Order: sequence, then C-alpha cells, then structure tokens
Amino acid sequence: MKKRIIVVGNGMVGYKFCEKLRNRSTTVDIVVYGEEPRPAYDRVHLSSYFSGSTAEDLLMAPAEWYTDNNIVLHTGELVTEINRIDKTIRTHTGRSDKYDYLVLATGSSAFVPAIEGVERHGVFVYRTIEDLVQITEYAKKVKRGAVMGGGLLGLEAAKALLDLGLETHVVEFAPRLMPRQIDDAGSDILAGKLSQLGITIHTGKSTKKIEGNGKLEGLLFADDTKLDIEMLVISAGIRPRDELAKATLLNVHPRGGIVVDDYMRTTDESIFAIGEAAVHNNMVYGLVAPGYDMADIVARQVTGDSSKSFTGFDMSTKLKLIGVDVGSFGDPFCDATPHIPIVFKNKHKGTYKRINISEDGKYLLGGILIGDAGQYNILHQMVMNKMPLPENPETLIVGGGGKANDEAAGVKGLPDTAQICSCENITKGAIVEQVTSCGARTIDDLKKSTKACTGCGGCTPMVNDLLKITLESLGHTVKKTLCEHFNYTRQELYDIIKVKGIKSYDQLLNTHGAGDGCEVCKPAVASLLASIWNDVILKEDTIQDSNDRFLANIQRGGTYSVVPRIAGGEITPQKLSAIGRIAEKYNLYTKITGGQRIDMFGARVDQLPDIWEELIAEGFESGHAYGKSLRTIKSCVGSTWCRYGVQDSVSFAVFVEERYKGLRAPHKLKGAVSGCIRECAEAQSKDFGIIATEKGWNLYVCGNGGARPQHAKLLVADVDTDTCIKYIDRFLMFYIRTADPLTRTATWLNKMEGGLEYLYDVVVNDSLGIGEELERDMAALIANYHCEWKKVVEDPKLRAKFKHFINSEEEDATIQYVDMRGQKAPIDWNK
Amino acid sequence: MELHNEIKTFTPAAEAEVSIWFKAARVEDFPENGGACVKYKDMQIAVFNFTRRNEWYACQNLCPHKMQMVLSRGMIGSKDGEPKVACPFHKKTFSLKSGECLNAEECNIAVFPVKVEEGYVHIGFTR
Repeated sequence: MKKRIIVVGNGMVGYKFCEKLRNRSTTVDIVVYGEEPRPAYDRVHLSSYFSGSTAEDLLMAPAEWYTDNNIVLHTGELVTEINRIDKTIRTHTGRSDKYDYLVLATGSSAFVPAIEGVERHGVFVYRTIEDLVQITEYAKKVKRGAVMGGGLLGLEAAKALLDLGLETHVVEFAPRLMPRQIDDAGSDILAGKLSQLGITIHTGKSTKKIEGNGKLEGLLFADDTKLDIEMLVISAGIRPRDELAKATLLNVHPRGGIVVDDYMRTTDESIFAIGEAAVHNNMVYGLVAPGYDMADIVARQVTGDSSKSFTGFDMSTKLKLIGVDVGSFGDPFCDATPHIPIVFKNKHKGTYKRINISEDGKYLLGGILIGDAGQYNILHQMVMNKMPLPENPETLIVGGGGKANDEAAGVKGLPDTAQICSCENITKGAIVEQVTSCGARTIDDLKKSTKACTGCGGCTPMVNDLLKITLESLGHTVKKTLCEHFNYTRQELYDIIKVKGIKSYDQLLNTHGAGDGCEVCKPAVASLLASIWNDVILKEDTIQDSNDRFLANIQRGGTYSVVPRIAGGEITPQKLSAIGRIAEKYNLYTKITGGQRIDMFGARVDQLPDIWEELIAEGFESGHAYGKSLRTIKSCVGSTWCRYGVQDSVSFAVFVEERYKGLRAPHKLKGAVSGCIRECAEAQSKDFGIIATEKGWNLYVCGNGGARPQHAKLLVADVDTDTCIKYIDRFLMFYIRTADPLTRTATWLNKMEGGLEYLYDVVVNDSLGIGEELERDMAALIANYHCEWKKVVEDPKLRAKFKHFINSEEEDATIQYVDMRGQKAPIDWNK
Repeated sequence: MELHNEIKTFTPAAEAEVSIWFKAARVEDFPENGGACVKYKDMQIAVFNFTRRNEWYACQNLCPHKMQMVLSRGMIGSKDGEPKVACPFHKKTFSLKSGECLNAEECNIAVFPVKVEEGYVHIGFTR
C-alpha cells in the first residue's frame, strides 16, 4: 500500500521537504496544503522584491515543478483541523484528506507586541509578499517610516523602506542592534555605518504607544520621548504557528512552537513538525538552513531511514545589510565559556572584528565581523572543523590585503568533510568530486548537480574558489576565448591593446591572433579599440559591425536610419523644424524612438553623408544609435516644470549624456534620470539610472529592458552630483574593461562572482585600488570625443565609401517602398 | 532599369568556363580586407579584397536568407582557413570558395572567379 504524506504549509522548508522526499521515493503520495495564494517562495531574499525581483523570480520552483514531480499542491487552502484518530485533515473549504504521515511545516507569523495603537492604519508586518505589496503601496503616500525591531529581519525591512525613498528609523528595545548575533561594540560600529547611509537608529527604546488619529502619526516611548513617523513596520521576532497542533492536543511549548524530538516527531508518532514551527530542545530555529536539515530528517523518517537525527544547529550568519557586511559565527559572545577575545576596531573605516580563542589558545570558538566580513567563511570553517589556530591568531583578522587569495588558500586547507553549503549540507569532498569525477566545469554545473549556492547563496565565493583550485589541479585553465582567431578573453585583449599600444585590428591579429578573423572577433576588437583609444572608427570600416560600417542602422531593404543626438530628449523648436525639413527633403519616414529622440528611416547609403551634412549644419551631432555605445539618457521633466520634482533631472540628464556620448562599450548603454521617486524616466530599467531624492541622487545600475527585463539595483543612495558622476565613471569603465563582448550590464552583473556586493566594493570602496585609474581612463575617452559624422562629412575620402556600386553612380534599383499611413515603408521581405 | 532580384540569375562560373572577364574597377577603389558591390549588366556582384592573404573573391550580392542585396557590406574572415563572408543582417556566413552556407540551412550562393591585371580587378562570367 502506497504511503500518503500530507504537508501542511508550503514555505521554503515545506517545499524543501517535498524535494527531499521525492528524491528518496518516487512512489509515495505527496499532498501539500499552502495557505498563501502562490507556491513556496524565497523568503530569505524577500527584500530583493524591492530592488526589482518579481514574485515569479522569488519562487522556489514554478507551479509546473509540482505537477512534474507528481506532487499535489493546493494553494490558498488553510488546514483548520486534524483528526488524529481517523488520520484525516480538514481545510477551510471543507475538503477532507487522509494521511499516513502528516508534516507540519506551518512556519511562523510575525510577532506583534500588544502595544496601544498597534491596529492603526499604517502599521505593517514584514513577512509575506502580500505584506511587501502593501508596504510598497503605502510608502508612496508618506515620507517618514520606522521599523520596530533591530534584528536581522528588522534591518532588512529598514533597507526596504530606504529603497522606497523614505526617511528611515529603526527602533530597538534591546540596548544594541542584532542582539542575538553581535555585541555592544559591534552594534556601535554597525549603527554608525547605518546612520551614514541615512538610517537613524534608536536603541534601548521601549514603545509605549503608537499614536495617531485614525492614521499613524508617531511613536511614544517609555521615557516619554517621541518619534514622528507616518508608517511603521513591525519586525519584533517570530511566533511559531502552532495553533493547529494546539487544537489537536499535541505538545506545544509554553512560549510557542510544536515540541519535537531528535527525529522531528511530535507527541503523535505519525505527525512531524519542521522549520520555524518546531521547537527542538527549547529552541526555535529562525533560519532556513536548520529547517532544511529538519526536512531531510523527516524525509528519511517517512521512508524508513532513522540514521540521521537533529542535534541542534550552528546559527552562524553572514549577510550584507544595506551594504554593510555583518558576520557572526560559532559562539560570538562566549558568555559562559572561558575564552580569550581578540578585538580589532577601526571606527573611522567602520570595521569591527572580534574572535574568541579557547583558553589553551588552540581553537577558535566564534566571533563577530562588522564592516568587512571577508574572512567569514574561513573563520567559520575553522570553528566548525576545529582546525588548529595559527601561531599568531590575530593575523586572522588584522593585516588585510589579498583577501581573495587568502580565502582560496583557506579553502585548500579544509578537510574533505568540511561543510561548504549549510543550506543543502554539502561538503567540500562532494563538490570536489563533482569536478574531478562528474565533469562539472562551471558554477552552474555545480548548482545543478549539488544544489550548492542555491539557498542563501552565502557559499558562492567558497564554491567558486573550490571550483577554480580543483580545475587547476586537474590541469585545466579556466578561460573563455573570443573565437578561433584569438586565444584570449576579451579582458585579456583589452589589456594587450592598452599595454602594447595596439591601434589596429590587423596589428592585433598579426601579433596575437591567427587566420583572417571573423564576424565575432572583428567587431569585438573594433569595440575594444574604440573603448580604449576613441579614435575615428571609419579608419577601419571593414572590421566594424553592420551598423558601424556606415554609421547608421541597416534596415529592411538595405536602407539606413539616421538618428541625431537629442540629449535628455530636450530639443528646441528650431531644431525640431530642421529635422522635419530634412526628412521631407530626402523623403524619410520619421518616428519618435523609445529613447526620446527622432529616427529617420529609409536613407540610401549614398544619401547618408548629404543628410548628415545638413543635420550638422543645423547643430546636430551623431546619436550613435548604430553603435555598441551610449545611446540616450532619458529624462522626465524634473523640478524645472514638474510640481512633484525634487531635482532638475533634465539638466542632469543632458549633462550625463553630453559626458558619455560616443562612449564605446561591449554592448549598447542606456541611462535615465528621474526627478523624483515617481520615476517617470524609468531609470530602473536602464544600465545606469539616477533617481532624485531630497538629499541628492540614488544611483541604480545594471537594469535592462529587452527580452529579459531586469530592474536596476541600488548602488548608492543620496549622493551628491560629483559623487554620482564619479561612481558612474568607475562603473562604466569597469564594465568596459571586464565584460564579455555583447554582454549588457545586467547579464554582466548576473555572471559576476560576488554580484552586486563585489561591484559595490570595486566602485564605491575601491577594493581593487583602481578607482582613480578608471576615472582617468574615462576622462581620456571623454577628452577624445568627436562626432563621427562630422569627420565623414568633412573628409572626401571617407565620404567616398558611401555608395552602393563601386563602378557606377547608380542607385540600388532593388530597393522598393510601399505607402503606409502617409509615409514610405520598405516592402516586406520574404519570411 | 530592372536589376534582377532572383537567385537563379546568378550562374556560378568555374574559371575554365569563363567567357568574359569583366573589368570592374581599380584595386585601390576597393577597401582593404573588405568588400564592395560591382554592377555587371543587370547583376549585383560582391567583390572581396582579402589584403592579408593577397586573394580576391566574388559572389552574388544577394543574401538568400531574406533576399537582400547586401553581402558586399558584410564582414569577411575565415573559418578553419576557408575564406568566408557574413551577411550584415543576420550573420549567415558563406564560404567564398564553394558558396556553401557555413552556419545555417540556407541555400548556397554563386561564386565567381576574380583576377587582377594591370591594377584592375576582373570578374569572370560565362555570359
């Protein structure tokens, strides 16, 4: 008889249980009841919802996954009753279902303290996607918000409010932030860092009353001080969802939670509890990794394997809170253990590091890292594996430099049994084996075969290091060469061209390549040459990509389109008339583009220089619409005219577009400047987007429209104009230097090891020490700017290249047009 | 004047069958390591100057993929030593020796022999 297992709750842990159980048995019936309207999603990365992830992106697995794996999922259905004698459950819709084993993965709800006024309009919790949607909506109407609770989740929520453009406060009852992870000294440093970013921290504050008249107006504290705010997000801890267990008389803990034994069994041996709903040894584990471990144990139990039990879990964490590294590992406080603390503090830089050494000086017991958690992984491993300490343990936290190398070396020293991915419990040995015996070659291969890096993502740097050193030990070089003609990566070619002063494609092919080149390496090298020297690209017209060869976009029928630059979308009536006159004269089809300028279509190749000569005479310049280069900086009307605008977005957009015009990059670049949080310029869909705040500008990077839209990520907030430009300079040059050919910034970031965190380190913290160099390179490119079309118009030799036949002045008679809504259009080509 | 836009117009010519050597243009009129379009009777011919190899190739100007007169504006290069051209529209590539499409299922293109005499580029046709 097939066993039927019912899972109550479709959160991260409930989902993981299904996955683990299905892996162990393809035959058991699995039925899941989830109260939320959508399948399980990633709550750990909930705040990424604010920086652009969609509910879809956050899903643990798409709805098809459940069908594909023969799992019945009922969403939006709350289990209200358990009948332990009949072994049935009943849902709020009246559905009844029979189980052999019941798994309670009901999770937790936000703990809302009983404070007067907590029911007021404008008070939220931070728990589900629905909560986030409500917070986002409400935040549009207000300016000042606070988070109650300075724990891990509370600070995440604070980041969310900051991202929503609110003046943000954090109120914590305890005398310090993150009281379960860090000590007072660490909290001071963290608070200092957070206030620099614009978050005001209030610790040791007990809230007496939430004041207001209908809607929320402020908080009144026990010391009779007040804080004026318009919205409040409560993140004061979690409360295990044990009401169902309680009603069916299972043993629950006095402080909440379903009591389980080492096998996650409740007092009814057919019923298990896992995740945040469970209490093991008086502990509720509010992290996902122990939840996954519990899921694994129950998956084993119901398939008859009792070899694994739950013995407590390491609660070490590392995270980036609003751009600040925080790590806490092993026993961070050692309150009850004799130990020797070593503390390193740099108030100016905002770093705090503490390690606790055993009394005999042999082992690391735990520690705290704030501001720079670069050594977290290796220190954590040292604690977990009881690795012997070096002679001078203080070198573990002081004396920086070469942190990546240190860490790679550290990974090498780990035993095979060392746990690398705590979410999925994957050891170093398992990862190495995938590479040595199963052919894994990339981080994606490893993600697929081991699921490492797919949970919290914290192990990604270590897995990367492991992959690299293992591949190297196998004699592989890890490399992405351009094509058969160049055995180099784009980045290597960039350096070669720059260092050796190479000025032409042929020179590079002669010295560093083979064969005759192709349509892959020619435009890639052309782009590199343009990015490095910003020279006249038509000097080498035949290596240019289709559009660059004739400085215009080739269109159906073989005609070209002409797009003059209209910086920021701002144009005078005179210039507008000039475009009209010229388009009429050459019988061009005209259309407004998505980038706030005007595109003229249907120009024959031989007409291009004449058209541009007239445009240039009217004061226009090339718009570089044909290039893998900066296109437009879109703008909204801004504070000049708009009654909502807080900064002059048009002037800034014009300035930015003029600054970077003609800049050649691995792919096209688009930007935008919005004058306020309403974001009319859609800056968050651009490679770099700037949104005005009352204090300055928020800079977003690596957004994308196109086939796979992606919201840009906030790089820095509330910076002044000069700082904003400085970071854009660095960001763009770093992209130009390191991206693969034809890779947009969004994909570049997606593939970047360390992701936004790493990019932030390079651009803002200048972790590679190349900040000034990047700025200098950019300054040189800007100084070298020229209008490509002006050069052509003025040079008879270049101009002569623009004709269809080499041996005749005739036009190409095969070009044919039809009439469409009063303008011309090319005839359709064959499908 | 009607220029033929039909693929069957292009009859490939092997050098031995050439009956007409058409004097197209001076060598220096052509771009280095690139192509240009030559008009011969009612046909458009793409002629490529492989300066690096000191070789010349010619083929129909029409890309059979979307029937566009553009191959002469394409990028030239090599694949395992075989000279080729990539159409600027969708980067279909064709061997300039055999006319074979190298990266898709497109039909082949017609290629023509080329010779350089007294500073002039000549293309060989059968008619």
